[in-house]
Amino acid sequence: MTADLALELRGLGRRYGERPALQDVTLDLQAGRTLVVFGPNGAGKTTLLRVLAGLLRPHEGDVRVLGARLPDEGWRARGRVGLLTHEPLLYRELSARENLRFHARLHGVAPGRVDEALEAVALRVRADDPIAELSRGMVQRAAVARAVLHDPALLLLDEPLANLDPAAAEVLEPLIGRSSGRTRVVTSHDPAGGLAEGDIALGLRGGRVALLAPVAEIDERRVRELYT
Amino acid sequence: MRRAVGALLRKDLLVELRTKEAVPAMALFSISTFVVFHFGLDRSSLDGSLAAGVLWVTLLFAAVLGINRLFVAEVEQGGFDGFLLAPVDRTSLLVAKALALLAFLVLVQLIAIPAFAFLLLGPSLWQALPELLAVTALADVGLAVIGTLVSAIAIRTRARDLIVPILLLPLLIPVVLAAAQATAPLLSVDGAGPLPGRWLAILAIYDGVFGLLAYAIFDFLLED
Repeated sequence: MTADLALELRGLGRRYGERPALQDVTLDLQAGRTLVVFGPNGAGKTTLLRVLAGLLRPHEGDVRVLGARLPDEGWRARGRVGLLTHEPLLYRELSARENLRFHARLHGVAPGRVDEALEAVALRVRADDPIAELSRGMVQRAAVARAVLHDPALLLLDEPLANLDPAAAEVLEPLIGRSSGRTRVVTSHDPAGGLAEGDIALGLRGGRVALLAPVAEIDERRVRELYT
Repeated sequence: MRRAVGALLRKDLLVELRTKEAVPAMALFSISTFVVFHFGLDRSSLDGSLAAGVLWVTLLFAAVLGINRLFVAEVEQGGFDGFLLAPVDRTSLLVAKALALLAFLVLVQLIAIPAFAFLLLGPSLWQALPELLAVTALADVGLAVIGTLVSAIAIRTRARDLIVPILLLPLLIPVVLAAAQATAPLLSVDGAGPLPGRWLAILAIYDGVFGLLAYAIFDFLLED
């Protein structure tokens, strides 16, 4: 692996049964940079994130995440990836604090980090309420706290600002935004917002790469064409 | 692995304490079944092999209720994904779930066995209590290990409520048979007889074989 490459994908393919969800995806992403992924619903964005997280096996191609070849060396990347999806991956009956303590134990993170994470997402006041009693925005903030609790080297973010008001988005910017300095893969349906977030833009259509370029070289119109 | 098992077990017990989904349903089912047997058999008291059979068949069906629910939160609330992202031995999920199910079974039996003694059993339980505890412990380990394995197989299928009993009941026949055979002399109307060591040995061997089998294949069950 090239020393500073966080992602190396060569001909990545993934199927659900006979239906291809990703085909021949090839790209590199340097550490510390952001790949923003565009594409209509069903284009393969979430599948890509789940493959990179090690939750789905790649069926074709050579896939390296943080230097670990998937799926054989997936254990090497486990614990170094933070995933934020449409599902918060939090137990509804437990409070945000209990959920974070559970994940902290699984990741071997010091318990004191839980309070820091709750503070960082401005959720300390409601930290002991069950997740089921929180608003969607609060649940999303708790999910962000979960995703960054173990200080991951790679963040995989599936439309991270969905359900969030502008104030909450501002609160989360240092954790998951551009200023976090983390290597990120971010999916988005917002051409302007997505391009502002990313260094490299990937457009998927029907599981295939329809656009791959540095964001400086493309404009919103190129992104919008993916959706037509 | 101990850290992960502790975290998972603690979480499962906390979730059950909050939701009260599994244990109350299992206990209520057991008591209802004893009442049905009481009227269905038209006998005011049972003893010997019939009593042992009624007790273990009831506990088996009560266990199915808990086994059906064992991995539901992991699928419906993303617990599998959260666990698979963590740098822990995947077998820790098997161990934690089996221990959680074991705890549920013990809690249910703390209610169900006295209820059985009150509603159906002729002879006193006190005399045979230590031996009955030994049989129950070995049978519960078998129920917990095999139940966890079957639940993990069934949970990703659409018809998990059907798959669990279809797979589970044949696999648990030796456990119920051995537990009932070992329990029957303890519930004799002539006073508790000696504990049949042969059936205890069968239970222990069956527990061991399925413990090793579950350990060997559980990782593969978590693969997509």
